[in-house]
Amino acid sequence: MSEYLVLSGVLIVIVGFALRLNPLLVVTLAALATGLLGGLDFVAVISAFGAAFNDNRYISVVWIVLPVIGLLERYGLQQRARSLIEQIRSATMGRLLLLYLLFRQITAALGLTSVAGHAQTVRPLVAPMAEAAAEKTHGELEEDEREQVLGMSAATDNIGLFFGEDIFVAIASILLIQGVFQSYGYELTPLQLSVWAIPTAICAFIIHGSRLLWFDKRLGRSSGRAGQ
Amino acid sequence: MITLDWLYILAGIAFSLFSLLSALDQANGKRFGNAAFWGLLAISFFFGGMLSDFANGILVLVLVGIAGIGWLGRSDPPTTSLEERLGLSEKFGNRLFLPALIIPITAFAGTILYNYTPIGDSGVFETRWVTLILLGLGVLIALIVCVAWLRPPLLAPIEEGRRLMDSIGWAAVLPQMLAALGAVFALAGVGDVIGGIAGGVIPDGNVFVAVLIFCLGMALFTMIMGNAFAAFPVMAAAIGIPFLVIEYGGNPAIIGAIGMLAGFCGTLMTPMAANFNIVPAALLELKSQYGVIRMQVATAIPLLACNILLIYFLAF
Repeated sequence: MSEYLVLSGVLIVIVGFALRLNPLLVVTLAALATGLLGGLDFVAVISAFGAAFNDNRYISVVWIVLPVIGLLERYGLQQRARSLIEQIRSATMGRLLLLYLLFRQITAALGLTSVAGHAQTVRPLVAPMAEAAAEKTHGELEEDEREQVLGMSAATDNIGLFFGEDIFVAIASILLIQGVFQSYGYELTPLQLSVWAIPTAICAFIIHGSRLLWFDKRLGRSSGRAGQ
Repeated sequence: MITLDWLYILAGIAFSLFSLLSALDQANGKRFGNAAFWGLLAISFFFGGMLSDFANGILVLVLVGIAGIGWLGRSDPPTTSLEERLGLSEKFGNRLFLPALIIPITAFAGTILYNYTPIGDSGVFETRWVTLILLGLGVLIALIVCVAWLRPPLLAPIEEGRRLMDSIGWAAVLPQMLAALGAVFALAGVGDVIGGIAGGVIPDGNVFVAVLIFCLGMALFTMIMGNAFAAFPVMAAAIGIPFLVIEYGGNPAIIGAIGMLAGFCGTLMTPMAANFNIVPAALLELKSQYGVIRMQVATAIPLLACNILLIYFLAF
């Protein structure tokens, strides 16, 4: 039974997120509890936590784009993104995000995962464009609808990235799958693995793509205003 | 050779400047909290590699303390008003997109050139991090172009960067913290316990149920860890290899590739995948921190079902 004690960290995380406590505190408590219950001493847990934090600095390095994005926003980039979309007659939110989904899947499949992202493209360009396109067809958005449009812009970036990147042979997840199978004596080439990411990529495009077009239709209908 | 360390120095410089301007910002009642938080991150970027693991751990605990006590505030450095921005966007027109595009284009074209032409043989960049390093290079080029063209006040890039950084706040380090939590989980053997539970519920002889448990296990375990990479080795060892491949004779390449993607469906549904789900909610200033997850669930669940069917029909 005692081996299940290490799962208490998982419980702390779930309860902490559910109670909306500060996530940094929740994560730290979970790490300390798990480490101590897993038989490590206090210093060893802190050291392991610190070492892993340090090894993963590359995740936070992307914030160096903020000064450029902020500077361009100061000079009206978001407003420009909006007015560009307003000028394109055929542009709707659904089509715009569909196009972005395709772009993100294809670039990720070529291994270019850092080319776009939430800080680089979604906040300054995609989200304001999607919002402007939605307002063009559906009129002024209610607060909750606006949140959904912005949330959908970020969601589209994630889905395009996740279900594109594994088509690229040299991505970390492909190498991990290869490594795990190798340790059990199965020799797989990266190419063998990456081709099997294609069926799911197509499913992802169809599912999320239809949701985007449907979301666009539904948006105006809910309150029966504007657009007509 | 240009390595990841160069990027860390660049990030260290940016965070030092955020910290310094925070400390001088008298309009922000919590200015010293902000200065300390971004300052510690600057220290982590500059010196993290030289500090001992324990010192890094203490640094993290102090970061958490500052955020947990609520010492981190949101600053509002002077900037242009909405009316001014509308006017400026008219004045500069679509050319405003060009500097924004410099960053992705540098990363895109640079990576292609580096990987598919002899330039790559020069060994200028650390191979593993080429795109990320080029992203950093793109930022520098874009910054120079912006300053030369728009002639902003001297401190404007840092002040505007600080405004965005403060709007993200503690969420900026959450992904890194969760990655560290994942490492502690791994060290304490959390994965093996979960894998043992998953392996224990496999019934005899039913391939479909085994595939179902493998994929659901990947998704659920990924939701707990925030990362399919942590789930994969465990679920492959508990179910994928012993049951699907060895006992039922499934194709390992299909089970491996699509199993990982079943995990990615879990990534879409968990706050633990903070950099994909929580950080963009902060970055887009959504009211609900779960606003992005909410829009993803209806894609993730049918896609998970597709993955289950794909493995079942393709691998056997």
